[in-house]
Amino acid sequence: MTKMTYREAIRSVLRQALRADPRVFLMGEDVGRYGGAFAVSHGLLEEFGPERVRDTPLSESTFVGAGIGAALGGMRPIVEVMTVNFSLLCLDQVVNNAATLRHMSGGQLSVPLVVRMATGAGRQLAAQHSHSLEGWYAHIPGIKVVTPATPDDARGLLLAALAEPDPVFVFEHASLYPAAGEVDETAGPAEIGRALVRRAGTDLTLITYGGSLLKTLEAAELLAADGVAAEVIDLRTLRPLDTATILASVARTHRALIVDEGWRTGSFAAEVSARIMEGAFYELDGPVQRLCSAEVPIPYARHMEDAALPQAATIAAAVRAMLKRDG
Amino acid sequence: MTPPADLSRERALELLRQMLLIRRFEEKAAELYTLGKIRGFLHLYIGEEAVAVGAMQALGPADNVVATYREHGQALARGMPAGAVMAEMYGKANGCSRGRGGSMHLFDVSRRFYGGHAIVGGGLPVAVGLALADAMQARPAVTACFFGDGAVAEGEFAESLNLAALWRLPVLFLCENNLYAMGTALGRHQAQPDIVRKAEAAGVPGHAVDGMDLLAVEAAVRQAADGIRRGEGPRLVEARTYRFRAHSMYDPDLYRAKDEVERWKTRDPIALFTDALRACGVLADADVAALEAAVGETIAAAVAEAEAGPWEPVENLLEDVHTPAGRR
Repeated sequence: MTKMTYREAIRSVLRQALRADPRVFLMGEDVGRYGGAFAVSHGLLEEFGPERVRDTPLSESTFVGAGIGAALGGMRPIVEVMTVNFSLLCLDQVVNNAATLRHMSGGQLSVPLVVRMATGAGRQLAAQHSHSLEGWYAHIPGIKVVTPATPDDARGLLLAALAEPDPVFVFEHASLYPAAGEVDETAGPAEIGRALVRRAGTDLTLITYGGSLLKTLEAAELLAADGVAAEVIDLRTLRPLDTATILASVARTHRALIVDEGWRTGSFAAEVSARIMEGAFYELDGPVQRLCSAEVPIPYARHMEDAALPQAATIAAAVRAMLKRDG
Repeated sequence: MTPPADLSRERALELLRQMLLIRRFEEKAAELYTLGKIRGFLHLYIGEEAVAVGAMQALGPADNVVATYREHGQALARGMPAGAVMAEMYGKANGCSRGRGGSMHLFDVSRRFYGGHAIVGGGLPVAVGLALADAMQARPAVTACFFGDGAVAEGEFAESLNLAALWRLPVLFLCENNLYAMGTALGRHQAQPDIVRKAEAAGVPGHAVDGMDLLAVEAAVRQAADGIRRGEGPRLVEARTYRFRAHSMYDPDLYRAKDEVERWKTRDPIALFTDALRACGVLADADVAALEAAVGETIAAAVAEAEAGPWEPVENLLEDVHTPAGRR
């Protein structure tokens, strides 16, 4: 095991892929000379040159579409979109081309494209750089959506994305880039579509992903001090969703709270809740609950932003309220 | 139109056959639409045949084509079998997209025909990417990207021309300017309606050509493609043309003056080419009759193939949302 940051873990996979496969190249805004808006691709231009580490104009729709075309043409592009908010400018290419071309062509085409982008709040970047829209992407058949929450998963899920024959969207929570953790550099790709129980418990299941995992684990620690044993599931992949792991946990604990940094209405948490209702209704001792971001554009001021997001203390408080109410 | 001296009789007849095939194929499709055999949207190319047929003469099998939603003509001119195209419009499993695409989404990877794009402008970035893949793999291919005058209003037009020019990619931007974005005339949606000037502002040399003149289209596209193949970067050709029919089968065509349509019909690309060939003695009445008969047989066979084709089992509905394991 090696200790490295989330950022370094991603960079190590990019470097490895660029070295191993001449079809792989990286493109996006400021990935080259600037070194990446989040410094993920720092040093790659120097090692691989401007043909394979391509700075693009601020044309999200066109450089994502060009990634799709290059994938059709036999390349293995990795496209970096600076943030999820900017990705709204390429949503046409994502929905109408990347996700669609294989089926619409009667199976003639594959689009082996990896799109990486930063998501999430917590850095006082206000309402145009802080949203969590990965749940929208998870709505779309034809693509896969992964949300690594640890440096080890940042490595393993990106490796897995690069091995996929179809488009994979990697949502990197911006607050995690400097987070350090143990990474097994000898391990193979993680399994897309496989959730993990990050902490075992018997009293209820906390289900989360991405930037909310650490907060949820912290909440579980707070609850342990109260004598509450919370199980924590890290979804890791939003599409395809590992329903079996969720249902098996709920069958053991009989209660579930979903923690999701997206907005509550129409959230990914709503999807998880529905799956539990469909698959484990009779296992439940009380209603499934959701803790999501407040339904506001994410504000700038620190105390306001903190209040808008799920936090360890609010997660623990939600659990206590559930246990009190459900008896 | 004066045919060049080096245009052989054989090739002249073949070019005329291709335009006639598109014309008669679409007339048949319109008839089948009224019979309910074809549903959804059906956008006819009638009047614009010289653009696809002329342009395809300058492309080889290693080149890529990205098409629009008015692409029956582009598909047939690329050599896709009429039966596979007709079966696709029927929604049959023997259609070129196994019935998943319909009229607007014809695909044939074996001919490097990358669709049938029905989001206006959405094919341009894909074409840039196909060209990028060729450039990065040192393949000397051209990617021809068809789009209409409506697409120049999309941001992807400006973005794609810029990126192709910036990276000197082998893209041939082929604008079929039929003067109307559905029902909105070019001058009603563009402050600068000169498409060649727009291209040149993006750093892409452009050239406008009479889209009703097959040989002029071919010459312009060949010249552009030659420049691209020499590594000079992308080019744009604007073919000025006109659709004789409404936008789609739903369109009552209220936004065009009748005399405007009639005026354009006097420049029917098939009639212009036929007359030119007759005038120089290449074509006799019997030739036209023979071509019409051959095209009629091709279309009858295509319809029979579509009629006889199987419906895909509903159990296959979810196939090919993803690539099956082990295939890529």
